[in-house]
Amino acid sequence: MPKDHGIGASPKRREDVRFLTGAGNYTDDINVQGQAYVHFLRSDVAHGKINNIDTAAAAAMPGVVRIFTGADFEGVGGIPCGWQVTDKHGEPMKEPAHPVLAQGKARHVGDPIAAVVADSLEEARNAAEAIELDIEELPAVVDMKAALEGGATKVHDDLDDNLCYDWQFGSPADETDAVFANAAHVTTLELINNRLVANPMEPRVAVGDYSRANDESKLYTTSQNPHVIRLLMGAFVLGIPEHKLTVIAPDVGGGFGTKIFHYAEEAFCTFAAKACNRPVKWTSTRSEAFMSDAHGRDHVSKIELALDADNNFIGLRTDTYANMGAYLSTFASSVPTWLHGTLMAGNYKTPNVTVNVKAVFTNTVPVDAYRGAGRPEATYQLERVIDKAAREVGVDPIALRRQNFITQFPYATPVAVEYDTGDYEATMAKMEELMDLPGFAARRAASEANGKLRGFGVNCFIEACGIAPSNLVGQLGARAGLYDAATVRVNATGSISVMVGAHSHGQGHETVFPQVVAEMLGIDESMVDIVHGDTSKIPFGMGTYGSRSLAVCGSAMVRATEKIINKAKKIAAHLLEASEGDIELKDGQFSIAGTDKSVAWGDVTLAAYVPHNYPLEDIEPGLEETAFYDPANFTYPAGAYACEVEVDPDTGKVTVEKFVSADDFGNVVNPMIVEGQVHGGIAQGIGQALLENCAYDENGQLLSASYMDYAMPRADDLPHMENYTVDHSCQTPCTHNPLGVKGCGEAGAIGSPPTIVNAVIDALQSGGHNVEHIDMPVSPSRVWEAMQG
Amino acid sequence: MHMNDSQEINAPVEQVWAAILDAEILKQCVPGCTEMAGNAEDGFDATVVQKVGPVKATFKGHVSLSDMNAPNSLHLSGEGKGGAAGFAKGGADVSLSATENGGTLLEYTVEAKVGGKLAQLGSRIVDGFAKKMADQFFTNFKTAIEGPSEEGETDGEDSGEKKGWFKRIVS
Repeated sequence: MPKDHGIGASPKRREDVRFLTGAGNYTDDINVQGQAYVHFLRSDVAHGKINNIDTAAAAAMPGVVRIFTGADFEGVGGIPCGWQVTDKHGEPMKEPAHPVLAQGKARHVGDPIAAVVADSLEEARNAAEAIELDIEELPAVVDMKAALEGGATKVHDDLDDNLCYDWQFGSPADETDAVFANAAHVTTLELINNRLVANPMEPRVAVGDYSRANDESKLYTTSQNPHVIRLLMGAFVLGIPEHKLTVIAPDVGGGFGTKIFHYAEEAFCTFAAKACNRPVKWTSTRSEAFMSDAHGRDHVSKIELALDADNNFIGLRTDTYANMGAYLSTFASSVPTWLHGTLMAGNYKTPNVTVNVKAVFTNTVPVDAYRGAGRPEATYQLERVIDKAAREVGVDPIALRRQNFITQFPYATPVAVEYDTGDYEATMAKMEELMDLPGFAARRAASEANGKLRGFGVNCFIEACGIAPSNLVGQLGARAGLYDAATVRVNATGSISVMVGAHSHGQGHETVFPQVVAEMLGIDESMVDIVHGDTSKIPFGMGTYGSRSLAVCGSAMVRATEKIINKAKKIAAHLLEASEGDIELKDGQFSIAGTDKSVAWGDVTLAAYVPHNYPLEDIEPGLEETAFYDPANFTYPAGAYACEVEVDPDTGKVTVEKFVSADDFGNVVNPMIVEGQVHGGIAQGIGQALLENCAYDENGQLLSASYMDYAMPRADDLPHMENYTVDHSCQTPCTHNPLGVKGCGEAGAIGSPPTIVNAVIDALQSGGHNVEHIDMPVSPSRVWEAMQG
Repeated sequence: MHMNDSQEINAPVEQVWAAILDAEILKQCVPGCTEMAGNAEDGFDATVVQKVGPVKATFKGHVSLSDMNAPNSLHLSGEGKGGAAGFAKGGADVSLSATENGGTLLEYTVEAKVGGKLAQLGSRIVDGFAKKMADQFFTNFKTAIEGPSEEGETDGEDSGEKKGWFKRIVS
């Protein structure tokens, strides 16, 4: 019988009471007395030399407080990049300046050039229209390969070219080349991982506030990691020490990665609030979001898989171009390298894996992490080339994968990571069971009778989550530690506030984290609340991304709760006049083992705060503990996904008829929330596979900058619920964190795109169309064109 | 985008050539033009109000003439800035040749591009819009030289000559 409370139960999400009744407190709901509004004048050319900005007429417009340009930010730091990648020659990556407001040149459509602060938003907008901007349009580079050709226009004049780094990783290239030279079969595939816009439901917002009385700055912002913003903006951009800077990320309406990064608008509002001595608010429009939120993916890859005569994978070689956009966003450099190259072995025991990545500057919006971040790109390449190889050598795609699975753990891959645990056979078998493979032939026949082509697609994936061991990522170039922290504050009457460094922007932490603490203490979940998103209230935290919250911050919370239990047992021992070693905690009661003598949780907590009868000579009053937790390894969620699609040969339209995910997330605290996460992730993956595409023209104009041209997945693009099964019953608990959890936030978005494309190719092949690949989004026009040969 | 087309105008080549260089005629011909000043040597400054899909804006721009080979051919180039709406810029090669019946064949090729919000919101409709603008311009131009046709004259009760002239164009 399912549990009704604690770990493994599925209580309804308590935060939904406010989210579903319109009572959330989002950044845009925050209005500070006397606030002014900022409107950014953004470049409408992809690349331009700023000859002059005449703000005189605009400054005289009604309501204008002050107009800022790049000149106002000379002497202020630029937006920093948080990860230094070292290239294959041992040289650090190229790291061009990223000013808050453009200085000298604008480098992408949407690059902020000037900012008007006014009494009202309308007045700010009107004044921005009156700014006389003399900008000379320069040739733009958009295509990555063209950007690397000799004589290409340079995005940054002070760099030699548009190459950020040329990175190589894994097995020595000459060894892998030798394996390929002796392979029985080599399968090659060139593909594009399409550029995406994250499109969280809530656009970004920033409110800067400054108190002259005590020289303190405060920023309210739509962030997944307020402490990271405080660190980057305080230390690198504006020079504000931590004790004079508070960053608050209240309710945040979705992030998907794009709200990890420190953005110019955050620094601007904080800076301008002090400069104007007035709170300054910015609310992004949806149009601005398209051209200023960091985009995702945008890799162009060639992947080669070598097989021996028995169809064993013996070598893998990849060559990827990764678009950085015009500037390096906070974690941009790490995505195609350490979050991508390290996953290139996938679920397979391929002994030689060599990964090459060239990161390229172009006149486009910066590109950074988006749900999955590097791991979807790795999985897509690998699982597409395996599917093609299966067809070429004439074996079943499931059997080919199975034959090459890693089966012994721990397993050290040729790409530096060590998988602690897993069971890929178990998830594959679960997927097969749920997909009803024996029934496929009949379903295909039924589709064909309807004039449709039906295809089956399979995919396995692994990801590295629970980011990440600080000493390891430090060696790899991270400029931060990636631990997390929690403070468990037990109040006198036994209720608990847990201050966590993780940030919840849809994940359900407010429900899940109390389940863990309540289980450990044997008390009711309603006695536990979490506090997050405010640097003045929580000890520290690296935030939420990379499916890390429960694995890293949850572990910190467990450690802090263990400290609480240890201290509470001392208090209980004193109250019971027993030895501490004899005290047991069960169901919220401290008892002497083997007796019926006990004290309740509330008696102990009250004693801690009213220490009349208390061992003051041994322990301090109060009951509050903090723990920092630095993970020993990444966690490695993995799974097997499959789907069936129908292709309408007349229109090329693809519909997803059936989808199954069989995931291994280790232990699961709240199954309902895990299933919701996977449902959402798969929806985003289907969006990437079938619909979403961020398009630029050859001049660097952003063409898909509204929902008229950027297609988001909708409910009717997904399979009906009875054909949409997310399973997480295969569980190999993580071996190195106290909860045995691995993380589930990104899996769906990683596992689903190749599943869909593999199924579409299978459908077309079944109809006699010799189509080996279609780039995403697999839109009706692309499918139809491919079918015409 | 690229476009090309032609118009046959019932007037001699020299008269058509002169009209191309005339600010007042150009003002009448550019759809949505509210101001046009200047001359062939220095170029023309123009203000145009237009709606492209969801984006309505006032474009201020400058048109310059080059490669002038009177009265046979010339190149027009211009850029219009629409503030928050973005920009449009382009050029046209225009050539004139005498026809057998004493008229003029005006042939043109146009290259145009848009940027900013116009590109972001209107990319799917901007090609059609640009073609419509070019067609309207050269149709207006033909009419401006040849003079109003008969049926247009009957429809001017509430507006005077100019409105009747425009109304006939769009009908």
